[in-house]
Amino acid sequence: MVPIAYYLVLAAILFCIGIAAFLIKRNVITIFMSIELMLNAVNLTFVAFAHMWHQVSGQIFVFFVMVVAAAEAAVGLAIIIALFRTRQTLNVDSVNLMKN
Amino acid sequence: MSTNLLALLPEIILTITGVLVMVLEPVIAPGKSRKPLGWLAILGTAASIAATCYQKHVLNTSGVFTAFYSTVQIDAFSVFFHLLIACVVLVTLLASLDYFASPITHAGEYFALVLFGATGMMFMTCSVELLMVFIGLEISSISTYILAGFRKGQATASESSLKYFLLGSFATAFFLYGIALCFGATGSTSIGAIASGLNTTATPTLAILAVAMVLIGLGFKVSAAPFHVWTPDVYQGAPSPVVALMSTAPKAAAFAVLLRFLFNGTPQLRGHWILMVEILAILSMTIGNLGALLQKDVKRLLAYSSIAHAGYLLVAFTGVHKDAVSGALFYTAAYAAMNVGALLVITQISGFDEKLRSIDDFTGVALKRPYLAALLGFFLLSLIGIPFTGGFFGKFYAFSGAIHNGYVGLAIFGLANSGVACYYYLRLLAALYSRPLGDSSAAVLPARTLSVPAAVAVTAAALATLALGVAPNSVLHLVQHSAPETLPAYVVVPAAATVPVATTTAP
Repeated sequence: MVPIAYYLVLAAILFCIGIAAFLIKRNVITIFMSIELMLNAVNLTFVAFAHMWHQVSGQIFVFFVMVVAAAEAAVGLAIIIALFRTRQTLNVDSVNLMKN
Repeated sequence: MSTNLLALLPEIILTITGVLVMVLEPVIAPGKSRKPLGWLAILGTAASIAATCYQKHVLNTSGVFTAFYSTVQIDAFSVFFHLLIACVVLVTLLASLDYFASPITHAGEYFALVLFGATGMMFMTCSVELLMVFIGLEISSISTYILAGFRKGQATASESSLKYFLLGSFATAFFLYGIALCFGATGSTSIGAIASGLNTTATPTLAILAVAMVLIGLGFKVSAAPFHVWTPDVYQGAPSPVVALMSTAPKAAAFAVLLRFLFNGTPQLRGHWILMVEILAILSMTIGNLGALLQKDVKRLLAYSSIAHAGYLLVAFTGVHKDAVSGALFYTAAYAAMNVGALLVITQISGFDEKLRSIDDFTGVALKRPYLAALLGFFLLSLIGIPFTGGFFGKFYAFSGAIHNGYVGLAIFGLANSGVACYYYLRLLAALYSRPLGDSSAAVLPARTLSVPAAVAVTAAALATLALGVAPNSVLHLVQHSAPETLPAYVVVPAAATVPVATTTAP
């Protein structure tokens, strides 16, 4: 039996990796993947806590997070395609038309 | 009518209208004006306002009621925000009817997405279960991500949309992690049950971390510093009517969630979160006002101004419970009226192409469009906080609430910031009434007349701003009435009844 704390620490580490990747990576798709990683870290936390409290509501939450993440991915990838059409690049450093 | 149906009637009306707009869109021949769809959307929004008024009537006769297993609660608080959001959407739709008169093939999507976004925002304000709040937040966010990039051919539009999308989803992840930690600390995701769970929690540190995470997530949504970085770029690249909508309605909804979560869900942790709110308020006011001083682009200027206003609004949170909620509610209403007004006037002046961008471009606008310039001037004065405008009483109640609770330093800091803010608002105001330099600015202005729906919309926003400044008592009575109703959520709803599916045993 693996203690709950292990799952929570793993989830926290995954979440932090997601944040770090979001801030460091320069490719839009990779940045988007790091957000998905953060969401999955949250899902893991929910499942672990649901097990700890013996409540299914935490697990139900996870289903909704997955559904919403899928909807978000659909819109997000469409936006990325629109960006690529106008700019021919996926590097966020070159997405800087608007500055003071 | 069943309680469940009644509780979500405004949202149901908006959703059905939105679906109708999408279904009818292909029926209209390509190249024809999409204006009828706009009128349909306006009709739906008006019907939703009527439904909210009916909810208020039921509320007055039979009191606060909940629906869908106590996940949705209709009280004066949610009715207030429903009305606010629906009114903002209504004036935005009225003012943008002619915005898409030029041959744009996908104008119908705009009306549908605005309606869907409004549904999500309303959902956020009446939910007392964080799962529902999350779904509402996402419905409103995803709609606004698309709306931000509505002029899809333009490079700035897709850039603005992308930035909004990436940082919005990043914020959502923080918000969700906050909910997960909250669930871990208290065993529930219902705001009422969280409050009672906090009394017996074995891990108070986890709960504090959860509140901090939720604050970060919603801080992004209300563009409070240091989570404001997306705001200027997104506002600059998005179409003006969309900026008018997304700088007011989603922010109001996010503030509603924040008020419910902090004051109803975690009142025990007040000592901790008030410190975080104070830091956010100080940073937002400073960064917003100092950033605005440097701006040349009018929409960027208003973006920084909206960051500063989020800061003033957060000052209201430091008051005593009832003062804080009523002060924040009043400020939200005043800010919504004046900001939506200012941006809709800018929409009317600069048109769909937005040739007029910088403050220099706006020099001498008063000569060609005297009425619009006068209204914009009035909204700017209200944003400064001149007496007889909504902005003045908004600041007055926010700061006096803070002073009553002993946060004198914070209030003085806010007042000093409002002084700094005068400079950039007055700079724009002075430009409006200056003699145009050469042939640059006023000459480009198209000789369009103001359409009737747009005139009605901007005039209504101005009248609302004026009414809040001249007779604040009527609204103040309403918000003070809404404030205490939010309090007993964790008293009225017994913890056991809130999560009906919760009692299964693990294998």
